Amino acid sequence: MTDIPTDAARAPSAAAAHARQLSRNPMGMMGLILVVIVVLSAIFAPWIAPYDPNAIMVGPRLGGPSAEHWLGTDHIGRDLFSRVVSGGRIAMLVALVTLTAAMSLGLLLGLIAGFGPKWLDNILLLIFDAIRSFPVIVFGLAVITLIGPSLYTVILVVAITSVPIYARIVRTQTQALRSAEFILAERAMGASTFRILGVHILPNVLGPLLILASMDVPLVIAVEAGLSFLGMGVRPPAPSWGTILNDGYNFIRNSPWPVIGGSLPIVIVTLGFTFLGEALRDIFDPKLRRDL
Amino acid sequence: MVIYAIQRLLLSMIIIVVAVSLLNVMLHLVPGDPAVMVLGPRATPELIERTRLEMGLDRSMLVQLAMFFGNLLRGDMGTDIFTGREVSTIVMEALPYTLILITVSILWAMAIGIPLGCYSAVRRNSWLDRVTGVLSVATISIPAFVMALYGVLIFAVWLRWLPAIGAGETFAEQIRHLILPAFAVGVSWVGYIARVVRASMLEVMGENHVRMARAFGLREGRILTAHVLRIAVLPAVTLIGAGVAHLFSAAVFVEVIFARPGIGALIVGAVNERNYPIVLGAVLVTTGIIVLATLISDLVVAWLDPRLREEL
Repeated sequence: MTDIPTDAARAPSAAAAHARQLSRNPMGMMGLILVVIVVLSAIFAPWIAPYDPNAIMVGPRLGGPSAEHWLGTDHIGRDLFSRVVSGGRIAMLVALVTLTAAMSLGLLLGLIAGFGPKWLDNILLLIFDAIRSFPVIVFGLAVITLIGPSLYTVILVVAITSVPIYARIVRTQTQALRSAEFILAERAMGASTFRILGVHILPNVLGPLLILASMDVPLVIAVEAGLSFLGMGVRPPAPSWGTILNDGYNFIRNSPWPVIGGSLPIVIVTLGFTFLGEALRDIFDPKLRRDL
Repeated sequence: MVIYAIQRLLLSMIIIVVAVSLLNVMLHLVPGDPAVMVLGPRATPELIERTRLEMGLDRSMLVQLAMFFGNLLRGDMGTDIFTGREVSTIVMEALPYTLILITVSILWAMAIGIPLGCYSAVRRNSWLDRVTGVLSVATISIPAFVMALYGVLIFAVWLRWLPAIGAGETFAEQIRHLILPAFAVGVSWVGYIARVVRASMLEVMGENHVRMARAFGLREGRILTAHVLRIAVLPAVTLIGAGVAHLFSAAVFVEVIFARPGIGALIVGAVNERNYPIVLGAVLVTTGIIVLATLISDLVVAWLDPRLREEL
């Protein structure tokens, strides 16, 4: 009775097996490498960027790539490579904060919906469906009209609109588990609801949640860059990938480099997290389907 | 089927009511006078006072909501302070451009994605299947505005094949102006649809009724079209129904980048001048369309899948 094997006991070997599986998946490995590059460059941005991202250079404006300026310069002569690298910091920060907030709230609401009374479940589902019927960008623009454009508005908007996705996954998993034999046994032994939720349901729900979150990173970054592109996210002169693209769009007939430089990291991040997320999903939970 | 349709319709209506209430509550959660918010920047004190009474700001929240819905049902979404025109007229003028854009985008994506998915399922592990697999994962999450910017850069600035700005006057011009925007909105859907169709084709091909059809000696082509594809497109229909919200989001960027008139361009313009009535009106209309699209796709799926139809 005391010798029940726990997850912790077999975790190292399982983790090693999963790592082996990942290393055999070429797309997953490519994704992992891209993600590591982006995350490292975001963390060490101030040391990697050769210039101050907002410093105006004496050299040519809208210049092409050269030995001094790897991605060229923008319309007022700022070094694009430095701006792109610093923009990565903002993008990663927004993704981290937003997804943490959305996951925590989604987890809480999902557990309530899945384990609580039926009427509460119905109300929550209705609210989730209502939020899902707002297009993220359109909803974001409505919020921005009310509280003004800023980085915090972007985080708020993306967090609110992603909560239903996480909450639904948690709810489904919780409902599937609540009538499982081992939960019933736990209950028969007099375990409290909190113990059941915390010790038994939470670890089972966390995996799918984290995989979903890793696949959602591109989405969050796209919304941040998109709103900043419209001039309604990160305020200039801060170097968001979206503001770089906006500058590039305004001068697209003069130089392609700001558009190329601003979009390159978005493409890299998107591919990296998508490939990695797909591989992780195939390894851990092939049945987890991502609905829009 | 009829009962199912009525249930779904009721649920959709409840969802719209909840969504609209959320937007309305949001207006009141923000610090500041909602009347000033609704009127926008250039409101006079008298006008603000009148609007306060009209919105029922002196009465309870529930009364306000009821009044708001009453107005909405009569098609009254307020007046634009800048031009003095009805918000509903302004939104309805912009709507057709956006609807055409997203319809054309999703249609071309389906026209390529469905055959591609079928082919990949039938010829599994062929080179086209592998290319489709990698490309669909790669394109699914590249944002539409990045696609749009490259469209402008390559086809309008470098090659000068297609126009980059406006919606065009004559019919032929309008089509030429639609190519790049529709490409940008639709391209990620090609891979998405192909992927879903492929996965569900593979699933359906293993089912009993298909094996039965084979056992009866039906031609492979007929089995695929009449028995497999018919069921296998259903997840794609659900996906597109649920994806209308994403199409609207993509349309916002594409309309701004190509300077096309439409709901997205309207909203962005209104946000820039903090014109909340227009923003709210546009959000209400798009939300309504999105809920409607989900409803229609659910009904289509129920109608096309005989197994579901029998049960209902």
